[in-house]
Amino acid sequence: MPGLGARLGRGAATTTQQSLAESDCIVIMGANMAENHPVGFRFVMKARERGARVIHVDPRFSRTSALCDVHVPLRAGSDLVFLGALVNHVIQHQKYFREYVVHYTNASVIINPEFKDTEDLEGLFSGYNAAERRYDPDTWQYAGQQTKPAPEEDPAQSAEPRPQVVGQISDPPQTDPSLEDPHCVFQLVKRHFARYTPELVERACGVPRTLFLEVAEAITRNSGIGPDGVDRTTAFCYAVAWTQHTIGTQIISCCALLQLLLGNIGRPGGGILALRGHSTIQGSTDIPTLYNLLPGYLPMPSSAGEGDRSLEDYLRHYRPETGAWHAMPNYVVSLLKAWYGTAATPANEFAYHLVPKIEDDYSFQPMLLMMRQGIMKGLFCMGQNPAVGGQNTVLARRALATLDWLVVRDVHEVETAAFWYDAPEVRDGEVRPQDIKTEVFLLPAAIAAEKEGSYTNTQRLVQWHDKAVEPPGDARSEAWFLYQLGKRLKELYAGDDSPQGRQIAALAWDYPTLDGSSSGDPDLQEVLKEINGYTVADGQPVRDFTALRDDGTTAGGCWIYSGIMPQAGRNLARSRKGDGRASLEWGFSWPANRRLLYNRASADPQGNPWSERKKWVWWDAQEGRWTGYDVPDFPLTKPPGYRPAPGAKGLDAHAGDSPFVNMADGKGWLFAASGLRDGPLPTHYEPFETPVHNLLYPQQPRNPAARHFPRPDNRYHEVGDARFPYVITTYRLTEHHTAGGMSRWVPWLAELQPEGFVEISPELAAIAGVDNGGWVTLSTLRGEVEARAMVTERLQPLTIDGQALHQIGMPWHFGFGGLARGAIANDLSLLVEDPNSLIHEAKSFTCNLRPGRLVQTRAQAGAQTGALRR
Amino acid sequence: MTATRGGASPAGPKGQPAQRPGALGFLTDTTLCIGCKACEVACKQWNGLPMDNIGWTGNSYDNTGDLGATTWRHVTFVERIADQAGRRPATLQPFQSNWLMMSDICKHCAHAGCMEACPTGAIVRTEFESVVIQQDVCNGCGYCLPACPFGVPEISDTDGKAHKCTLCYDRLTDGLEPACAKACPTDSIQFGRIDDLGERATERVASLRERGVEGAHVYGDQDVGGSGGIGGLNAFFVLTAPPEVYNLPRRPELPQRKSVRGYLATAGAAVIFGAAAFFSLRER
Repeated sequence: MPGLGARLGRGAATTTQQSLAESDCIVIMGANMAENHPVGFRFVMKARERGARVIHVDPRFSRTSALCDVHVPLRAGSDLVFLGALVNHVIQHQKYFREYVVHYTNASVIINPEFKDTEDLEGLFSGYNAAERRYDPDTWQYAGQQTKPAPEEDPAQSAEPRPQVVGQISDPPQTDPSLEDPHCVFQLVKRHFARYTPELVERACGVPRTLFLEVAEAITRNSGIGPDGVDRTTAFCYAVAWTQHTIGTQIISCCALLQLLLGNIGRPGGGILALRGHSTIQGSTDIPTLYNLLPGYLPMPSSAGEGDRSLEDYLRHYRPETGAWHAMPNYVVSLLKAWYGTAATPANEFAYHLVPKIEDDYSFQPMLLMMRQGIMKGLFCMGQNPAVGGQNTVLARRALATLDWLVVRDVHEVETAAFWYDAPEVRDGEVRPQDIKTEVFLLPAAIAAEKEGSYTNTQRLVQWHDKAVEPPGDARSEAWFLYQLGKRLKELYAGDDSPQGRQIAALAWDYPTLDGSSSGDPDLQEVLKEINGYTVADGQPVRDFTALRDDGTTAGGCWIYSGIMPQAGRNLARSRKGDGRASLEWGFSWPANRRLLYNRASADPQGNPWSERKKWVWWDAQEGRWTGYDVPDFPLTKPPGYRPAPGAKGLDAHAGDSPFVNMADGKGWLFAASGLRDGPLPTHYEPFETPVHNLLYPQQPRNPAARHFPRPDNRYHEVGDARFPYVITTYRLTEHHTAGGMSRWVPWLAELQPEGFVEISPELAAIAGVDNGGWVTLSTLRGEVEARAMVTERLQPLTIDGQALHQIGMPWHFGFGGLARGAIANDLSLLVEDPNSLIHEAKSFTCNLRPGRLVQTRAQAGAQTGALRR
Repeated sequence: MTATRGGASPAGPKGQPAQRPGALGFLTDTTLCIGCKACEVACKQWNGLPMDNIGWTGNSYDNTGDLGATTWRHVTFVERIADQAGRRPATLQPFQSNWLMMSDICKHCAHAGCMEACPTGAIVRTEFESVVIQQDVCNGCGYCLPACPFGVPEISDTDGKAHKCTLCYDRLTDGLEPACAKACPTDSIQFGRIDDLGERATERVASLRERGVEGAHVYGDQDVGGSGGIGGLNAFFVLTAPPEVYNLPRRPELPQRKSVRGYLATAGAAVIFGAAAFFSLRER
């Protein structure tokens, strides 16, 4: 979540679901919270019962909308215009929380005068390299600073939240606290968003300006400087309907910018709740399954250029002089000790040389292409169903068919395991099973109740769960599988002196098993202790991350989880004591059990609560420490009036009014001097495929830094292509889980949504000549699918720049396996990436719709269909 | 059993029988329902019920149709988005008015038509005042089906017997709340003592009306939903639209009441025809 990381310091929700109950206004945008996060939605309902205004901004009227006070239908892909107009409204009408903005953000910092905005360069920032479709961000820095962001700009690295070396304050930047200097951040923000007006919202989003103003009024009335003073807070909830755009990161970063201006970050009932789509998806970025991060958001070393050959180089590149990340050697060395044990010594830089270095973009979409090209020959697929859930699944299944071997571990025979005999192209006779050389292994997996473990939920809260029953037959937990696989690899590579062999041989891989046998389940309490960190000499857990050291005396698998097991056998993730508010004894919330991030900002610069009603963490002058309902996200004894001495390092370099401890300068970044690939300020570009021209920057319809993969099997629609006039958006339903592996095979869930369908408005149904329940065929240059139409007023045509625009909705759960079946929505979608998160764009692309079934309409559609055949 | 008619009693909502203090039941508050169907799934899982015949209906998000032998909780979806001119409102009536979701269930009537119609005594009233069909006694005659004004019991194709919600009798005997209420993430389904729930429903309706939900009302007292000799429902609802919108009868009546009228009419006809026959035969 670089959108939050680049402006606030951590790529995680700043608030908790429970805190929503204390909100005065909740904006749900880019999310369908009631349907996809029904349990957390209870706190939205609580807020509403207490009188909060709840607003849903979404192309469709969903079950979420039904429970809200206001539903704002907007065009899919126009979110940034809407948010940008809110920023503009807040600035133009002087509704920003000035004291908060001056003290807690970088609003007053003077930016390099060489910086040029999109308003100057017709939709581009200064530093654009058209040939490589990327930016050189040198001119985006603070005036007088010329820090090289170093290997981060390597294309192999995504901009996941990571230590930022830019913006360090060892050399304090020039500022203008009056916010008047034309080169200060505040003025740059003001100018950048000046054309994001209610009129533009009406033209580009299809939202009437009166409705926009109603939303703007609700938000500003319920934020820091509303008529009730500082007693009110507004929260934003978003999910992947913001993420899955080629400007997804910037949409999210725009929300962070807005919430900083309104002073809502760090305060109860405020903040940004990033609703994560799967259980423990937050955990899977904390201790990442991502290719480009080490645990705890440490950068993954790269082999490109001079780069990260030694630990010394690595630390020189990534370690900032100022801010919390200055302590990163403690975390890196402890991680290396946890991984390599006795093989990690001060003499060999703790075996840093054994850490694999990345060379290229190995994110999901390029991986499919590498399979298709035969570069990648084998694949483990665990808890993922790319034959249905990836993008351009026609291509994805071809890619699977090019592999030598494929291991699928799942609870059912998902499409990714069955593609070679059951996929649509096989049934059609286009592909014959005997021509697919992939050897497919399907291994049975245990489900949650059949294994012990933890979930890290949407708000960074780690909750432990026990095993309730034994898994059936040969089904095993992931922990068992990976541990046993590792042991076999170690046997296989014993004595092998190749680099791979040495990497595997050096791994410390000796967890005790529960039953003491070599084939048993690893003891996850021991794994958790390693994650927590321990003292090497006596094996005792460390109490928190401040106890981790860079001299090899401590080992720790993920520094942000330190403190989850403060003493041997005491697993805080097991604790279940709620108190109706911060509930510090319910589970463990990283970092250091802090619930609201940046909660120093819930107090004013002097350390007093901004308001009695919204007090959370404050300075106790008598005790000389920060206190409150939560664990302070701030050095406990640093007084509010603290000013750093020249040359101070780490957190000592931050003044007492710097709540954003992970940022190099301790401030929330209205202007992201580094960390974002497509600009320091959020800018609206149209989706990669759109029927609409960019009303703001006609020269730049699309994100100029988006990564695209033009290929014959991944063809794109041009902007305004008349053959594909409709906007399509894909989404999930309450009744199913993602690509269906855990739900479409379950009778009780399958019967609730038994078949794939598309949702269209009565207006579009009339144009297409389709009745409710009738068949329609959808087509793009990637594929064609058929489905039955649900004609519903919940969708509606919008007027975009004077023209009617129709949107089609299609759930993406369905596939050819299981009880609940249907066409694969992703057969239509495209491979394309947001440059920061490397996420695809499934929330807005274009398609055609014609009545009738695929077979009938293929014959009728003639030439076009011929062109579409795979 | 005498039931008060009209006027809220301190022990319960308007017209709720007040003399069964131990009665347990449900308050299903549609203004808190998000249509997630967790109740349907929890019910099927706890009670071991199979899925229905699988099929897509195209009727909003409702693919299980109605209550039946294997669906004891059922969420109704009613889309009422656009106004008569086809315009979709942006500012919505508070508390769920445009896409209605209502989790329906057996009403466990104070006077249960099904129980009175059952010739074998299979349908009994439990110590919790719930109405339960004893599967080992039921002979599948089907008399309970037309006797229920809400169409709740159904004969199963599998075993030929009548089935419906048991208010999770097995869970209640173990001191647990029914599975549906336990699973409901937003407390739309509330389980408890009828008198407490009745009070809560009355307060809820008053509070909703105060906040502009003029259509809010209780379904299940003796005026609406529990009328016609039923004497009130042990599973009642807070609704925001007229009952008919949710496919609920506004003033249901115990069929048995109609049968008394029917018997009387038959007897009257017999007397009249008998008299006519007597007189006509006598004149001969």
